[in-house]
Order: sequence, then C-alpha cells, then structure tokens
Amino acid sequence: MTTPAVAAAPDERLARRSPLRRLLGRPELGALLGAVALFVFFSLAADAFLRTGSFSTVLYASSTFGIMAVGVSLLMIGGEFDLSAGVMVTTSALVTALTAYQLTLNLWVGAAISLAVTLALGLLNGLLCVRTRLPSFIVTLATFFMLAGLNLGVTKAVTGNVASDSVRDMDGFDSARAVFASDLAVGGVTVDVTVLWWLLLVAAATWLLLRTRAGNWIFAVGGAADSARAVGVPVARTKIALFMGVAFCAWLSGMHLVFAFATVQSGEGVGNEFYYIICAVIGGCLLTGGYGSAIGAAVGAFIFGMTNKGIVYAEWNPDWFKFFLGAMLLIATVVNLVVRRRVERSS
Amino acid sequence: MRRATTRATVTVLAAATVLALAGCSDSGGKKAEETPGAGGPRLKIAMVTHSGAGDTFWDIVQKGAKAAAAKDNVEFLYSADPDGGKQAQLVQAAIDKRVDGIIVTLAKPDAMKDVLARAAAAKIPVVSINSGATESAALGAIAHFGQDESIAGEAAGAELKKIGAKKALCVIHEQGNVGLEDRCAGARKTFGGQLQNLFVQGTNMPEVKSSITAKLQADKGIDGILTLGAPFAATAVDSVESTGSKAKVGTFDLNKDLIAQITSGAIWFAVDQQPYLQGYGAVDQLWLQKTNGNVLGGGRPVLTGPAIVTKDNAAALEGFANRGTR
Repeated sequence: MTTPAVAAAPDERLARRSPLRRLLGRPELGALLGAVALFVFFSLAADAFLRTGSFSTVLYASSTFGIMAVGVSLLMIGGEFDLSAGVMVTTSALVTALTAYQLTLNLWVGAAISLAVTLALGLLNGLLCVRTRLPSFIVTLATFFMLAGLNLGVTKAVTGNVASDSVRDMDGFDSARAVFASDLAVGGVTVDVTVLWWLLLVAAATWLLLRTRAGNWIFAVGGAADSARAVGVPVARTKIALFMGVAFCAWLSGMHLVFAFATVQSGEGVGNEFYYIICAVIGGCLLTGGYGSAIGAAVGAFIFGMTNKGIVYAEWNPDWFKFFLGAMLLIATVVNLVVRRRVERSS
Repeated sequence: MRRATTRATVTVLAAATVLALAGCSDSGGKKAEETPGAGGPRLKIAMVTHSGAGDTFWDIVQKGAKAAAAKDNVEFLYSADPDGGKQAQLVQAAIDKRVDGIIVTLAKPDAMKDVLARAAAAKIPVVSINSGATESAALGAIAHFGQDESIAGEAAGAELKKIGAKKALCVIHEQGNVGLEDRCAGARKTFGGQLQNLFVQGTNMPEVKSSITAKLQADKGIDGILTLGAPFAATAVDSVESTGSKAKVGTFDLNKDLIAQITSGAIWFAVDQQPYLQGYGAVDQLWLQKTNGNVLGGGRPVLTGPAIVTKDNAAALEGFANRGTR
C-alpha cells in the first residue's frame, strides 16, 4: 500500500502513549480500584475483616467463584455465554462420586471419567452453538435444563436418593483431597488449595490471551466473527475450545465439591452461572464480547467474595444481606465505569 | 424392495402386538397378585408440592406416599414447583385428570385458594401437608399432616440450651422462606441465650462453608450452630473444625450421613419432622376417607414432628436412614 507521506496525519493506533495512560486503558483497572475501595471500606466497617484468618476465608470464597470466572470470561470475550456452567459443576462432581462408588473404582479413575464427560459436555455445547448458529444463550439454556434434570434423574435412579453416597472412605480420597480441597500453610496463613488453582488458571489464561495467536483469535471471534473468518481465523474451532475451557473449569470446581464435602447434593449449582458472569462483567468483560481480561474476572471474583463475606464480618442485619450485596456491586461497577470513561475521554 | 421389507416388518410387529394384547388375562394371574384386593378400588391420587428439584426432604415424603399407595392400591402421581402460581397450575392439571384425591402443600396459601375452590367444586377431596397448618381448614382441606415450624423451633431451642450453648447461630439456607424464619423464631423463644440469623446460599455448598466460617471468625463467642437442613450441618462441622471454634452443631432434618455424625458426636442433635409420615399419612387419609369415610385429626393439624434424634437413639434409626426413609 502506498500512502502519500505528505500531509498524512500519523496513525493514531501507532501513536506512543505514556505507560500510565496504557495502564489506565487496561480492562481490569477499574475493577481493581473498585476492589481497593471495597477493601478499605470493609477494613473500616468490620473489625474482624483484617485478621489473616478472615482474609483466607475471603480468598477461598473468591476462588470458588473465580475458578469458573476464568473460563466464563474467556468465553465472553469470545462472544458467547454458557448458562449451563453452574449445574455442569454439579454434574462433574456427581459423575465422579457416582461412577467411583457404584463401580467401586479408585476415585482418581472417577475423576478421569468425569473429566472426559465434562469436556464432552463442553464440546457438545460448542458444537451445538457453532452448527446451529443459534445464540449460545438459548443453546446453553437448553443444556442447563437438561443437565439439571440429568443430575437429579440419574442420581435418583442410581442411588435411590437425591444425593450421592459418601466417598470419604474410598481409595484415592485422601490424595485427591490434597490436590483439590486441602488447606496449605503459607507463612503462618492457611490458604485453600483452590486459591492456588485459581491463580494458576488466571496466569495461564492471561498468557493465552495476551501472548499467543489463540489469544488474538479469541478477541477476534468475539469482536467481529465474520471479519475474523474472512481473515482466516478458525472461528468455529476457537469457540468450541472456549466452551471446553469452561467445562474444564467446571470439572476443577466439581472436584473441589466432591473432595471437600464427600457427598454431592444433586440439586446444587442452579443460579451460580449468573454469579460467574457477574464476576466477569465486574472485571471489565463486555457482554457483547471482544473486550475483557482474565485478570479482570479474577478481580471481579475477589470483589464478589469480599462483598459476600465482608457483610458477614461487618455483622449487618442479615435481612438486608442481598440489598447490601447489590449496592456494593453497583458501587464497584460504577467506579469501574467512571475510570474507563475518563480514560477514553482523555486519550 | 426396501419399502416392502419395511412394510413386512411393520405388519409382523403389529400382529405381535395384537396377539400380546389379546393374550392378556383380565382377571387373576400375577397381575392380580401384584394389586391386592385388600386395597379396595383402584384410586388415583396426585401430590403437588412447592419443592425445588433434588431436595432430600421431599424425596422422603414421596417414599412415604409411595409406600402407602402400594399398600392401598393407589396410583400415585407427583409434581412440584417452588413458584406459587405454577404450583396452582399443577393442581389444576390434577383436577383436569379427574384424580380421586389431591395432596398439596400450602407454602403460598393465597396462590392456592382459587384452584382449591375448583377442586371442591369438582368434588375432589384435598389433604394438605407440611406447611399451611393454619390455612388448611379454611381452604377446604379435610386434614393436615405437618410439623408446626414454631413448635419444632422451640424444641430445637430447648436442645441447644441443653447442650450448653449461650450464643448461637441459626443458619437460614433460603432467604425469605417463612417456615425457616419460624423455626429460628421458635428456637429463639426457648433458647434463652442470644440466637442470630445467618443467611447462606443453599444451592452453593462452598459458599455455605465460607459464610459460616466468616461468621465464626467475626464472632469468637459463638458456641452453638443450628442448621435448618441436614446437608448444611455437615458443612457447619467443617467450618467449626477449620476455625478451631468451640461451637456445637445441631440441625433440623435427618439423612444417613447425619446419623453417623450424631453417633460419632460431631453433631449433637437433629430435629426430625418425619417427612415419611407426611406422605404416608396423606395418602392413607384419602384412602380412608374414600373407603370408610374416616377423617384423622378431628379438624386440627396432625403433627408429624418434632422427633428429637441424639446419640442415645441414633443407632436405632441407622437402618431406616440408610434406606432413605428417615
């Protein structure tokens, strides 16, 4: 392309921006400021909030949302939703507990079967979306209902009850518990192993998004799928992989359920899918796709966990719990929005 | 060729079906043995509850109802919806099916009022179970089987006091559920000490755990926890262990894991409202009414609970809990 060099304004995409301005342009920054504001707020409002034990409880609560928020945020950046994510966690946990108990298998074998089943569910979600071209909102709503029904129906048919039998005394429980549901002492503070899994996933997802070609594909399919296809991005494969990413996170969360609580209630998980989406949105993911970050979703999960538990630490009247929860989330997201607008205007 | 084969297959199948049907005996044989004449005429009874999916409690209610149905020669139909309006639609569906009796829960009595009037107009007897003891008679039910939540709460409060707690938590796993609030209020009446409510999200076990943990960390003085459903008691024990708290855990409802934990001393007591009795009693009541004109309870609610389970009597119930009927 030969552009006349004369009188052409410099391309704004190539303009040098100061490091500060670049930092302010990151999707997660607003959420981070919201998190800091909430942290300061609860530190002042609740005496028990600043104790180290309390902090590890907040981190644990955040991690149980955050692990799922990683997969869900990548999928949202790729322009799709997964409403079946909440019950898929329960499905994954039930598959492990039921197959291992009924066939008297080592729990690690149960976990492996569950991984295969859960990834297959992710594949199914992805294939259905890509092949039918229906909105993922509808497709995964259907799989959400089907999984919720399967969870109950199969559990009841197999065990005769609505919860799986306890797997606490089976082979592999202790070693799997160490991996998926143990407490670690890190410098005098107990940290749940889920927190490590969470951080690991966030790091991996961030690397994937920012440093690899697949990361570019994710942004591209979410931002403009048709243009992405035109320039040779494998749109279908990328989307299917993203659904399978959510499934992997669901498996990890499901393993935590099995090995932390030993029995799994088949009706659990309904409604959690929205909390995962909320975490991603607070963290700066756009509902329309093409924009967001895994770190942002992690900060979103942290805000959610902190608010959730901060209200308990502050010992406010529990009748108002959900009101406070909503108000805190509103504050966090408004701070997020204000920061981003200001950055956009000044750049 | 291909079509001919298909047609031949269809013909053979149809012939086989006709033969099989024609070959059935209308009387005697194995079938008569399976449906004993002692039950009287075959009845169709529908149960419509406000249960969410996969709730242990309602599973036990159904098992009780099915046991009575099998004994009484009753065809038992079950449906449920937590939403009041949708529950009313399910009752309407039962009326449309011309069932011989309807069993309902009255968690949202106002939503059920009109549809129960239509059941009365269709001359279908109604029995209410579980919640709604005070509204039951006014809405035209012939009997009510349930636990008065306040009375059950009072029993739980007395147990908490007995195990020596002074400052306790009442863990509510479903916000806005009147029955759960009544339990806590009842417990507060007899407990004597301070009883605070704590809300947790019942469909998310890690959230339940972290909320109870957070509360125990925020207030080190808590020495008792009352959970309102069996699965939450085990989680409360986890939280107590992880925080090193001295709180003693008691709960409503039973399941087999809970019995084991009561036997081992991890959980101090359980207040059982005997859900099996609610299902069994309601089906039996409708059968009694149809076959002999009997009514139980003399126009007052028949209480199915509270029955207190502690270390002393837990072992005796273990077998029943293991098969999922206690």
